[in-house]
Amino acid sequence: MKYKNLIINDPKELMFGIAPNPVKTKRGLVIGGGQVYAELNFTLPVMSINNSTLNQVYTHYREIAEGALEHALHMNSKGIVLEFETLLEMTKTPSIGVEIVKIMNEVCENYYQKHGLSSEIRLTPNDLREFERPARQRSSQHLEPMMELFEQGMIAGGDLLSIESTGGKEVSDEALMMCDVKGMVFALAVLGVRDMHFLWEKIVALANKHGKIAAGDSACGFANTAMVLAEKKYIPKVFATIVRVISVVRSIVAMEEGAIGPDKDCGYEGPFLKAITGIPISMEGKTAACAHLSPLGNIASACADLWSNESVQNIKLLSGMAPTAYLEQLEYDARLMNAALNAGKVHAHILQQLLVASDVYTDPQALILSPENVIRISNQLIKGDSYVANAKNGALAALDIIEEALLSGKMKLPELETGYLPILRDDLNTIPENESEFIAMMLPLLDESKFTLAEYGL
Amino acid sequence: MEDLLVKLLEAVEFGKVDKKSPYPPQLRDMDGAHELTISAIEAGIKPQIILEEALIPAMSKVGKKFAECKIFVPQMLMSARAMGASMFQLKPFFASGAIKTKGTFIIGTVKGDLHDIGKNLVSMMVEGGGWSIVDLGVDVGSDKFVEALKNNPGAVIGLSALLTTTMVNMGEIVSTIREHAPETKILIGGAPVTAEFCQHIGADFYAPDPQKAVEYMNKLAS
Repeated sequence: MKYKNLIINDPKELMFGIAPNPVKTKRGLVIGGGQVYAELNFTLPVMSINNSTLNQVYTHYREIAEGALEHALHMNSKGIVLEFETLLEMTKTPSIGVEIVKIMNEVCENYYQKHGLSSEIRLTPNDLREFERPARQRSSQHLEPMMELFEQGMIAGGDLLSIESTGGKEVSDEALMMCDVKGMVFALAVLGVRDMHFLWEKIVALANKHGKIAAGDSACGFANTAMVLAEKKYIPKVFATIVRVISVVRSIVAMEEGAIGPDKDCGYEGPFLKAITGIPISMEGKTAACAHLSPLGNIASACADLWSNESVQNIKLLSGMAPTAYLEQLEYDARLMNAALNAGKVHAHILQQLLVASDVYTDPQALILSPENVIRISNQLIKGDSYVANAKNGALAALDIIEEALLSGKMKLPELETGYLPILRDDLNTIPENESEFIAMMLPLLDESKFTLAEYGL
Repeated sequence: MEDLLVKLLEAVEFGKVDKKSPYPPQLRDMDGAHELTISAIEAGIKPQIILEEALIPAMSKVGKKFAECKIFVPQMLMSARAMGASMFQLKPFFASGAIKTKGTFIIGTVKGDLHDIGKNLVSMMVEGGGWSIVDLGVDVGSDKFVEALKNNPGAVIGLSALLTTTMVNMGEIVSTIREHAPETKILIGGAPVTAEFCQHIGADFYAPDPQKAVEYMNKLAS
């Protein structure tokens, strides 16, 4: 484990738009260098992708990019990131994904040359290995098209490289539904960590080869699944909160392998990554309600360097096409944060305090994202000698914070939720900090037909 | 005898699988669904009565509590496990025809989609409602649904999808099923699915949550 000290120790330094290690892009964005940019994400409307619809698909992406950049220009934007998160068919047949990157890059370059508007493409191939069960994380034939899309896509103009990798998901899906915190630690801190090392070593090598930016991963398939299940009242929010914290030890491996940010928008573990590693991060909140609901609308922006909408279909709204409309919303949010930054530290801090105060005690998932709590938990996430120990210590710190907020009366949760707090604590306390001991403890409890240890190097 | 059924109902409702199971705390060291079902059979209670007066009402209560947000999924899953322990003892009676279910429910996540959390919840609740389940798993194309339907004539079909890009595959599956067995009842569900989409592709029912699926199925059986 690479990180033994926090890069940001003071909560006041964990600020939107400012990262200790900003990332400069080829068209001049300095992410984390003193201002917040919009990161627009989008997808197709409901349609099939096949040979007969490919031209329509390409047209959609061209229109999305042109619509967004034209409006960004009109709004005097200082720059934007377009995230192209591929759909299954676009990764299975990398030439489709690559063609879309080319199309969007042409649009970006055109606006840069003609108008000086800086924009970059974040290329996020979907993890095809998710489509095999039991998962073959290392030997899957799906790895080849994924890596081909990464390489050819970056040559075609994808500058920031990300993925929502899925190592450990075959264990976490069931653990989530059973509120099995030990299962989640095994999925994320044992399996997930190993898969992240395997995958990000390759991604970073490709990025370095082509002079591109290895940006970061997101535990979306784990922690956001938990958040959405909690939103539906399928599982307790307090459990989803703990899962978020545990996910940090898995996502930070991208940085250990050489990723430099901006971390991916749907990774709400981003603030912890920023505190520990100093990288800039992308976040999403109220402006991502088009994709999923969340209890983190304002607080999520407290230390964001890119501000995203997660995803919106290219459909017509009263104002125009949905991606253009969302670009406008993101730009206004970014403008407000940038106005505060330009006015000085005091103003930026006041805005951040308001963003935090408006959410922090409404939900435990918001509670852990206040800058003070991010720093407190992050200290616990790096103090151990194993990823398992760090996951356990971070989760226990989050439980302490939730219980303190309840005791003080600042946060209220129904008994149905609070009843899980002692169960989670007891479960966490049974986890040995030594990884080998933990694996030995877990293997008899897990259905080994659902995962293959060798695919994780075990 | 009635006492046994009441205890079994309670064991399933609160997820007490067997005597050694520590969950739920209030039933610690008491017999669970496993032991109570054996006792009920030994006491001469007809298996059909065990199913209809203990297991189905227990799962119905669980479904209602879940729909009213009074319990979370883990509690529901523990109830399903307790019911499973009981059903294991009743298995021979299903095979001999001594117990009749309400019918068969064939369920799967549609082609291109590997998400199964929603599918599993629906499957579990429908089984708890007294139906036999044929779970085809994930990434299931129309051919597998048709084949399963041939093996289980008159079965109800359930299609699940999480992605906007895979929900479109529901339409093709519905059309193919209709070609082979036009009278088949088909219900669909999943995050991006709507009642309008259900109507558009010619399915019979859109289930926004597992409990609504059970209610629809029970109407079909009544």
